[in-house]
Amino acid sequence: MQTPAPVEYAKATSIADAISRLEALGEDSRPVAGGYSLIPMMKLRLARPETVVDLNGIAELRGIRVEGNELVVGAMTTHADVLSSAILFEHYPIFREAEHVIADPIVRMRGTIGGSMCQADPASDLSAVGSALRGNAVITGSSGSRTVPLREFHDGPYETVVQTGEILTELRYPIRPGAGSAYEKVERRAGDWGVCTSGVFVVVSGGVITDCGIGMAAVNADHYCAPEAEALLMGKAPTEENLAAAAAAAANEANPIADQRGPADYKRHLASELTLRALRRAVAASQGA
Amino acid sequence: MTAVEEVPTSAAGNPIGFGRMVRKEDVRFVRGEGNYVDDVNLPGMLHGAILRSPFAHAKINSIDTSAALALPGVVAVVTGKDLEGLGLAWMPTLSYDTQAVLATDKVRFQGQEVAFVIAESRYIARDALELIDVDYDPLPVVADAKKALDPGAPIIRDDKEGKTDNIVYEKWEAGDEAVTDAAFAGADVVVTQEILYPRVHPSPMETCGSVAHMDPVTGKLILWTTTQAPHAHRTVYALVAGLPEHKIQVISPDVGGGFGNKVPIYPGYVLSIVGSIVAKRPVKWMEDRSENLMSTGFARDYHMTTSIASTKEGKILGVKVDVLADHGAFNGVAQPTNYPAGFFSIFSGSYDYPAAYCKVKAVYTNKAPGGVAYACSFRITEAVYAIERIVDCLAQELNMDPAELRLKNLLRPEQFPYKSPTGWEYDSGEYEKTMKVAMEMVGYDELRKEQAEKRAKGEYMGIGISFFTEGVGAGPRKHMDILGLGMADGCDLRVHPTGKAQVRLSVQTQGQGHETTFAQIVSHELGIPPEDIEVIHGDTDNTPFGLGTYGSRSTPVSGAAAALVARKVRDRARIVAAAALECAPDDLEWELGRWFVKGDPERGKTIQEIAMAAHGSLELPEGVEGHLDAQVVYNPPDLTYPYGCYICVVDVDPGTGQVKVRRFVAVDDCGTRINPMIVEGQVHGGLADGVGMALMELIAFDEDGNNLGGSFMDYLLPTSMECPDWELGETVTPSPHHPIGAKGVGESATVGSPAAVVNAVIDAIAPFGVRHADMPLTPANVWRAIQGNPIRTDMAVE
Ligand SMILES: Cc1cc2nc3c(=O)[nH]c(=O)nc-3n(C[C@H](O)[C@H](O)[C@H](O)COP(=O)(O)OP(=O)(O)OC[C@H]3O[C@@H](n4cnc5c(N)ncnc54)[C@H](O)[C@@H]3O)c2cc1C
Repeated sequence: MQTPAPVEYAKATSIADAISRLEALGEDSRPVAGGYSLIPMMKLRLARPETVVDLNGIAELRGIRVEGNELVVGAMTTHADVLSSAILFEHYPIFREAEHVIADPIVRMRGTIGGSMCQADPASDLSAVGSALRGNAVITGSSGSRTVPLREFHDGPYETVVQTGEILTELRYPIRPGAGSAYEKVERRAGDWGVCTSGVFVVVSGGVITDCGIGMAAVNADHYCAPEAEALLMGKAPTEENLAAAAAAAANEANPIADQRGPADYKRHLASELTLRALRRAVAASQGA
Repeated sequence: MTAVEEVPTSAAGNPIGFGRMVRKEDVRFVRGEGNYVDDVNLPGMLHGAILRSPFAHAKINSIDTSAALALPGVVAVVTGKDLEGLGLAWMPTLSYDTQAVLATDKVRFQGQEVAFVIAESRYIARDALELIDVDYDPLPVVADAKKALDPGAPIIRDDKEGKTDNIVYEKWEAGDEAVTDAAFAGADVVVTQEILYPRVHPSPMETCGSVAHMDPVTGKLILWTTTQAPHAHRTVYALVAGLPEHKIQVISPDVGGGFGNKVPIYPGYVLSIVGSIVAKRPVKWMEDRSENLMSTGFARDYHMTTSIASTKEGKILGVKVDVLADHGAFNGVAQPTNYPAGFFSIFSGSYDYPAAYCKVKAVYTNKAPGGVAYACSFRITEAVYAIERIVDCLAQELNMDPAELRLKNLLRPEQFPYKSPTGWEYDSGEYEKTMKVAMEMVGYDELRKEQAEKRAKGEYMGIGISFFTEGVGAGPRKHMDILGLGMADGCDLRVHPTGKAQVRLSVQTQGQGHETTFAQIVSHELGIPPEDIEVIHGDTDNTPFGLGTYGSRSTPVSGAAAALVARKVRDRARIVAAAALECAPDDLEWELGRWFVKGDPERGKTIQEIAMAAHGSLELPEGVEGHLDAQVVYNPPDLTYPYGCYICVVDVDPGTGQVKVRRFVAVDDCGTRINPMIVEGQVHGGLADGVGMALMELIAFDEDGNNLGGSFMDYLLPTSMECPDWELGETVTPSPHHPIGAKGVGESATVGSPAAVVNAVIDAIAPFGVRHADMPLTPANVWRAIQGNPIRTDMAVE
């Protein structure tokens, strides 16, 4: 049995309550969502907050809805709810495809989208999805809310722009009619973090690509995205040759390091291979739409 | 005794004797009502925690425990220095080496035990670890076994007087080198391959732990502990700690998996005993997952340079293996004394050829100790992997179908008992029949056709075969002992007046279903329903001496003992029945559960009636004392030789290197099947292990000796997602020298399956020019193999 260091527990009743507690407690406190990243780190004593403020009682942080031309997902929405959401699936099958390969059903029942984003693990699947879709984060503190593009959300591995006394409250993704999307992941075993992943959306209109986004996890791409590869695709016909060139460019935007999941050359190869596979499927979906 | 016949059913619906029945122990397990070591809570019990070394090799300058001692709730902090005073700083391993209980001079692997805190709660004990200040001087590290013998390599075991190298043993050989060299010289084809069986870990669901209670009033030590071998442990504690053996009771309650991990004695067990003596209160120590993965018995770590010689028609002429064995910092293997490399010399496998030779050199490295663990049948796992891999390499070289090559060379039934070129005597087998059953089940010829069609389309599927022979049930006490304790096992059987029975075993289940299997063995011999037979094990005060459960020895050794003790009871019952029926014992004949008068089947007594009479006032012949109870010690005449043929089908995505195990056919011949359902359960578990080892399980180290498999995020175990629906088949060739013909099956699937998976993957990617890649075949490794550059898996991936 792993034993965490001594810790106090507080249950927040509302967003305002959570924020005021976190602000008062300062740096030594952490919000806890699903707890599937924070609690294991506490058990290994890699994290040792003095207080955890539990967000699970805050109903307003949960749920998925359409607002204007945006999909809005509350930070405390679980992986399982994202996976089964008909609304998200209708606009972006990439959510369901990614969720299918995140952890296992037990983790997905409690783990949340907000926790995934704030943990900012280099291999976080939903971070790659969020960057691919060019979503926005809504961050709330005692002085109100601010909106930050997900491609500016991270301050490096495990670091985000969410400050002490703030919480992530919502994620917003623009709706793009006619978009196709897909997610590809190689893992060593079901439930393992990715060796490399790639998620994309593409809008094909009039025979050319009019909009696209490429996200990658586990290969240290800046903000989990591949903007140069995207630029190569814009305005181009979705031919195999063009897709392959973009995939190769995406691999160059990856900065993988060797670890027990694989050597760097392999991960870089995967960045290209998986991006190409995802692009092919997303193009086909957009053309079929 | 031959195959399972139809047997009558008891009132509870169980077979009286052999056959399928739900395991008696499962009711409590599925309800969460098992009783494990961590469930033992005694009044006044304290908790221990171990401070472990962050370095793989470092000199200890000083240890300051004052801040830890000052933490409220801390009762004591024990260091190596304290133990030195008691003569307990070092303990013997099960292979005549020594291992530090707590490091004194220096630490020799990452995770080594440095200090022990005893506190009022597990949390306080853990908090106190952070307050202990150890001043280390890091030393150069030997993490790569291949560099352990480099001139100038740091000497790890400088605690041993005069030690100037890192050799555990220089050379252990089996077979005839000259004969083998001659066979190679005359061969058309010779294939040599470096084959690594990397370090893996048994990782049982329950980690290791103990509760020690040294009763200050009676002077008796009661130790609840996670052990597969309670009696052997008791004797070792008596020898190490100088405690009188009759004042030690070792209790192994429910054990949550062992796989060899719970054979050695770990420093934590000893420390809980020391703690209970020092604190005069019971002390519990339970390791956490990372401690289990980083410090307890690992398995394998064998670098095997394997060569095979054959004619160009594919008749095998000889096999040679040159092994570099990595034993870690202490030689902590647990195997029969005369077999320092275990039963590795059975590597000649299931084939008919006269020349085989192996030599093994073992080295120390700055890695955790262990070596024989993880369902390996004393290193037969390594042996089977080497031979089955090299046979496939030969098939590729000869451009011959690997099934055809095997069929050409398998031993034939009339050759049994077969004396192998390295000295083993295989008891029985019909190898070709078993292999054909497997090929039929899998649809071998159609699969080869499908493979050819797929290859033409650029799709890659592979078919892998493994044919294994094991020697289990160690063993004849004349040449098999562990630390001087002969490998014979006792068994006691009591039949109560109402005909209910208790059978007492020396072996200890870790989930294998002993409470059911052994009840069925006694039931088979006496006709008492299995639900009326209680199996008692895991408590040295209440069971006869014996060496415990590992190496698939429980059924071959204690299973034989249980059958023989029941036969003894049956013989006594005959005398009692004769007295009751007023005839001579010779006039009686046995049918299941009853003695009756020959030629007059109506006149008879059931075993239950006889039991009551035996305890009653019936007049018995001169010299017969009454009751039915009996005892035996079974000294096996030889090992038993289970075998099998496994065929695995995989699909490989060459773009990503991902492997999908599509099918797995396992045909096992373990002789008589006592409870076929339990046999199948053992095989299922072992196959999952095999897929795990072949594809993902690994403990690697970086150059600094950091353990890279120290949590379940890093040490991957397979899940149901990686396992296909197992397709099981059987043939039954009973062991001629075992009382019920059973051969043992606990490890067969773990031993036999990795080679099938690896052979399938290599077969799939052979068109890329791949002949071999080492386990685990992770996506990265497979992709790299396709690029002609497979990963070296025992070290950190670069
Ligand atoms: C076995 C296992 C396998 C996994 N596999 C994968 C995988 O393959 N892919 C993947 O992407 N993930 C994987 N995960 C991680 C999983 O997705 C986690 O649920 C997720 O990373 C964290 O979400 P959580 O809700 O559990 O957050 P928590 O653990 O509760 O929190 C994580 C961090 O975010 C902070 N935080 C949480 N919510 C907020 C908020 N609203 N505002 C500000 N800060 C907040 C916390 O303080 C903490 O620092 C796995 C986890 C496990 C245990």
